[in-house]
Amino acid sequence: MRDFLAVLAGKTALRASRGLGRGGTSLPGRVALSVQPSILGRLARALRQGTVIITGTNGKTTTASLLAHALEDGGRTLVHNRSGANLEAGLVTAFLDASSRHRTRPDLALLEVDEATMPEAVRRLRPLGVVVTNFFRDQLDRYGELDTTVALVAEGLKRLDEEAFVLLNADDPLTTYLGRGRPGRVVYYGISDETCGRAVSDETREQRYCPDCGAELAYHRFYYGHLGHYACPAGDFARPRPNMAGRAVRLRGIEGSETHVVADGGVQVRMRLSLPGFYNVYNGLAALAAAMELGLIPERAAESVGRARASFGRMERVVVDGRNLLLTLVKNPTGFNQVLRTFFGSPEGDPSRLNATGDQPHSSRRVLIAVNDLHADGRDISWLWDVDFEILARPESGIAGVITSGLRAHDAAVRLKYAGVPEERVKCLPRLPAALDAALAATTEGETLFVTPTYTAMLELRDHLSRRGHVPRFWEGDLT
Amino acid sequence: MKLALGHLYPRLMNLYGDRGNIIALVRRAEWRGITVEYTEIGLGDKPKFAVFDLLFMGGGQDKDQRLIAGDFRASKGASLAEAIEDGVALLAVCGGYQMLGRSYRLISGEGVPGLAVLDLETMAGRKRMIGDVVLESSLSGRPRTLVGFENHSGRTYLGSRVRPLGRVLVGHGNNGEDGWEGCRYRNVIGTYLHGSLLPKNPWLADWLLDRAVRRRYGQAAELQPLDDSLEEAAHRAAAAHARARGPARRRVRGRLARESRDRTSGGAGLCPSTERW
Repeated sequence: MRDFLAVLAGKTALRASRGLGRGGTSLPGRVALSVQPSILGRLARALRQGTVIITGTNGKTTTASLLAHALEDGGRTLVHNRSGANLEAGLVTAFLDASSRHRTRPDLALLEVDEATMPEAVRRLRPLGVVVTNFFRDQLDRYGELDTTVALVAEGLKRLDEEAFVLLNADDPLTTYLGRGRPGRVVYYGISDETCGRAVSDETREQRYCPDCGAELAYHRFYYGHLGHYACPAGDFARPRPNMAGRAVRLRGIEGSETHVVADGGVQVRMRLSLPGFYNVYNGLAALAAAMELGLIPERAAESVGRARASFGRMERVVVDGRNLLLTLVKNPTGFNQVLRTFFGSPEGDPSRLNATGDQPHSSRRVLIAVNDLHADGRDISWLWDVDFEILARPESGIAGVITSGLRAHDAAVRLKYAGVPEERVKCLPRLPAALDAALAATTEGETLFVTPTYTAMLELRDHLSRRGHVPRFWEGDLT
Repeated sequence: MKLALGHLYPRLMNLYGDRGNIIALVRRAEWRGITVEYTEIGLGDKPKFAVFDLLFMGGGQDKDQRLIAGDFRASKGASLAEAIEDGVALLAVCGGYQMLGRSYRLISGEGVPGLAVLDLETMAGRKRMIGDVVLESSLSGRPRTLVGFENHSGRTYLGSRVRPLGRVLVGHGNNGEDGWEGCRYRNVIGTYLHGSLLPKNPWLADWLLDRAVRRRYGQAAELQPLDDSLEEAAHRAAAAHARARGPARRRVRGRLARESRDRTSGGAGLCPSTERW
């Protein structure tokens, strides 16, 4: 009876929230949980097959989105928290939302789960499998230290049923360490192309020490942040052989990438992505590997993944008054650096990518950086100083102007000043709607406005854009 | 003019934006036409700290602090202590701040010995002190504010031979009890504040640069003022933000209140009277 009331209350809150034109990605779940704290487990029991969890610092939403595409094309009905609300209330809301759309019981729940929520989520959902994408320093103020984050995910994995599969990124030493001594099925994915990436990293690496003995790890290849090919000189720990490997990776700047994927059992597929950068190659590999674990045909899964366009705030393209907006969520230094490098150039990509947008001359790029520091964004704004905004100051980046906005607009403006971006090119407009309007006005028709918001700023921007009719509200079905 | 800037343990102690302090110091020096020679000092290095005018050490995770503790004492300790007594300008944030003290105690009870150059000690605490911070500091001669963000479970207690950096207006401070944050000893500033600290507090960056320049080039050497209107706007915005959402410092009563009065008036008690360094 309590379960019924919880669901009823939750769905009512959901309908009310939608009716009022609001996102409500967590409130309906909170309402249901307040009636029945164990509702998540109950809701999961209604699934035909079970739950797959995706966790890690960067790439949860994109990996989940790619996997959702493959699963839906493969005929599965899903519960999926596509907006990225990944705390317990968000997970419950995803179930409530799905049940208000599908007449029949869904097959699978595909849920991205926040690292700190892992122990609870695994306990309640008892998933078929867990994907761990990577660990980067992110929202340090929430967990205190990276070690704590990793420990929480490890705790979650410990609670898994033995038959569950664990899918780990072989190129991240912090992630692969979770596979150590784990009974049951552990599958690794990674990039195995010695002709790309770099021999030396230029980013603030966050973990370069052997999780076993503390010695500094020796790398001979870096792809993204501290992800690459590593081994402990003491010989007790090294990158595992990936069960699914990206053998030949060709990055195509803003247009995406193409990877020749090889997997155990003689599987060979070509994975084309319309999402840029190494970081998305990893997301694609994770989605493909998970799809295979769930019984999908690799070639079909690869095709679906290739068709996927940008999801919620991840390189989302929106046309507003003839301007091309590229909306990309930023959460932490590594992610932001990848975005800056992809848009504004770095040696590792294809040199033609600087003109890949095709439609604008070099020195007229407009950028809108929107930084909030609410709980979901991370309350400690210090992380801006670990981002290489110096990239925006380089003449080759072709930046005509930057507008900083959000609650911490001034911090971003100061950061840009110290990064060497000329002060006359930076405007500080804390209020987001006004900043968006100013940024659009400054962008010539036909050109691209690069928008990089933190999480709550992105929600606000999308809200603003949807009121103007430019984007569908995210609950109105698939974004692509 | 030239300044030699040394950065202690840049890879291990670089938690959360602390390199913003390096960026701020270097830029503000360069904008004045001062060349900065930047040197990284890592595990195993045994530099002669007398060659440096300015030093910085950031914070790290507990295990990183444990890792460097031995090296810090063995390879850096004596030379650094001498340089500090000689008046080298140094900014130490979070873990760096703790390690300059006598010791840092973990929850397990395990004590990690520090350099014992600063008269302070840190105990492990259960509660994490996280949030926006606003301080009032008289370091530069008149009361000014400092803004930042703290994130530490260590509780630091100052001895009588050091003074606090400032009085907590918003936030927890050194230990969440006595209402003080950071420390100052000769030309050393220790603090828990991230933010990064110096970009939004340009007067503090200039205080450090000023100390470094005068020590090297004599008391007559002066820093040209810079246009800090953007930094000051950011400072004001951060302070307003902190006041709106940070915890107000609890009022202290009784003995602690008397102690804090003594400090403010510079009278007898826990603080030495104002010294000029």
